[in-house]
Amino acid sequence: MSATAGGGMSTGAQAHTRPFQTDPRPRLKVEQVSYAYSATDRSAPKFILGPVTFEAQQRELIAILGPNASGKSTLLKLLGGVIKPLSGRVEVDGAEVGGLDLRTRAQKIALVQQESELLFPLRVWEYVLQGRYPYGRRLRFESDEDCLMAGNALAQVGADALRDRWMEQLSGGEKQRVILARALSQQPALLLLDEPTQHLDIGGKVELLRRLRKLADENRYTVVVVTHELNLAAEFSDRIVLLQKGKPLRIGTPAQVYQRDLLEEVFEAPLEVELRVTGRPRVILRGSH
Amino acid sequence: MGAYPISISEIVMTLFRGVAGQREQIPSEFWLVVFGLRLPRIALGILVGAALSTAGAGFQALLRNPLADPYVLGVSSGAALGAIVSLVIAPHVPGLIQLAAFAGAAATITAVYFLGRRGGQLDSPTLLLAGIVSASFLSAIIMFLMTTLSGRDLRGMAFWLMGDLSSPAAIDLRWLYFILLVVLGSIYTTSSDLNLILTGEQEARHLGVNVKRVKLVVYIGASVLTGLAVSVSGAIGYVGLLVPHVMRMLFGTDYRLLIPASALGGAIAIVIADTLARTVVAPTELPVGAMTALAGAPVFIYLMRRKVR
Repeated sequence: MSATAGGGMSTGAQAHTRPFQTDPRPRLKVEQVSYAYSATDRSAPKFILGPVTFEAQQRELIAILGPNASGKSTLLKLLGGVIKPLSGRVEVDGAEVGGLDLRTRAQKIALVQQESELLFPLRVWEYVLQGRYPYGRRLRFESDEDCLMAGNALAQVGADALRDRWMEQLSGGEKQRVILARALSQQPALLLLDEPTQHLDIGGKVELLRRLRKLADENRYTVVVVTHELNLAAEFSDRIVLLQKGKPLRIGTPAQVYQRDLLEEVFEAPLEVELRVTGRPRVILRGSH
Repeated sequence: MGAYPISISEIVMTLFRGVAGQREQIPSEFWLVVFGLRLPRIALGILVGAALSTAGAGFQALLRNPLADPYVLGVSSGAALGAIVSLVIAPHVPGLIQLAAFAGAAATITAVYFLGRRGGQLDSPTLLLAGIVSASFLSAIIMFLMTTLSGRDLRGMAFWLMGDLSSPAAIDLRWLYFILLVVLGSIYTTSSDLNLILTGEQEARHLGVNVKRVKLVVYIGASVLTGLAVSVSGAIGYVGLLVPHVMRMLFGTDYRLLIPASALGGAIAIVIADTLARTVVAPTELPVGAMTALAGAPVFIYLMRRKVR
């Protein structure tokens, strides 16, 4: 399944905004990656993912879609090197992710998952500085560069004012921005987010996706988002990876992937797809009563 | 001051002359009281306090649980069992009780380590459950064995279970301090990793922390510190739970600061508690463990309420 067609389209559309020479190598290369879960070491696998193949360039925003238990988060973990594929390989900037040591990996890839609850209160600033961990030597207290990078990261998500607040006092949207800032302070090439819109209201969701789009366009990140938001994914992503029960059903631009029959079958809901003048599709729930 | 009537000025004089190397000018009983009894006891108190508080701070991060204390995983019960077994089998062999206590502690942490693993590494909830179950199992055996002890041994044992600094260490203090410093140092090297683990194990892993290795270092380190403290002084309560929390309230949650602060704070807390335990109802001594609980709980509640407001 070729997936470079969609990337080509968005590159053409925005070529005039790019003053830098783009690295010809793909930023992220996923080659025949598969994975299997089983309850115990000896029992037959209960869930099989893949094989998945696609590539992503810098400045691209990829959305992974699919119903619950379709393997979205597993795929994201494979991209982040948290789990090792059963077969195939994941490369970031030409280096196989599984072969990188932990710190080097954390300098290349930032993975934002559902956050654990904080055990003890922490200030926003301290939290964002944690993103500098992969650059620090053991025990070293933060350098000027660390503070600069953490400050930049906060500025990029528009959260300068939150700097001295306690994490526990933040609203859902503010917290999500701060979490994103910590990921940015890792200075990653690849930014992976697992359902970042989950606890946000609609305004927060739009704001977050718009911000991710901007980060990809202006700061040359490659962003991969797992989400349930079909319309936001259609609006902001360059390409979609649609999964069903571990199988990559279709990979391509939103317009290529959003076919009514396909979506209805995958999500088991009565849906309508219309193509807007922008060339991006929109999904509507069909009235069934 | 204290059970032996010696005034503060006499203590100062003795200390001063002792440091200056003028031993012949000090009355021999003063020399014995200050250098033979009280200073070693203070040194032991510092050692035990630093060890317990650091272990407490370590276990709280390792188990991701603010209620964790050095004894939560059953180390103290293992040590107590070792001690009581040595009392039953071979009473009155000098030093054996401490050695047996340390062996009991070591056996317990090894067993709990293997019970607390899941998927090839230490898993906080599993470890906590394994520790609590082991501790109560060992306590049951202790209760059983205590019924077999004679009256005098029983009293000694009860005192020991509460924690007590009055029996001098059988092993040279310099050795104990050496172990303390080495272990403190190795736990300290993980402090920036612990900061991240406290915000979440998954996230820490994504940020490049070798969680498996850090947990192992902290588990072994904190267990050795606890075993060390328990085998020379019994299970002195509350210090390992309260001091790290008090230090967090005072200095924040950064482990790079919290670990040394806890070590110092624990040392100070035990020395003060022991001094009170010896002087409040002199010449009778209270167990220092009772004193840490008596004094520690109100201090902690005061700090906690002040923070809430």
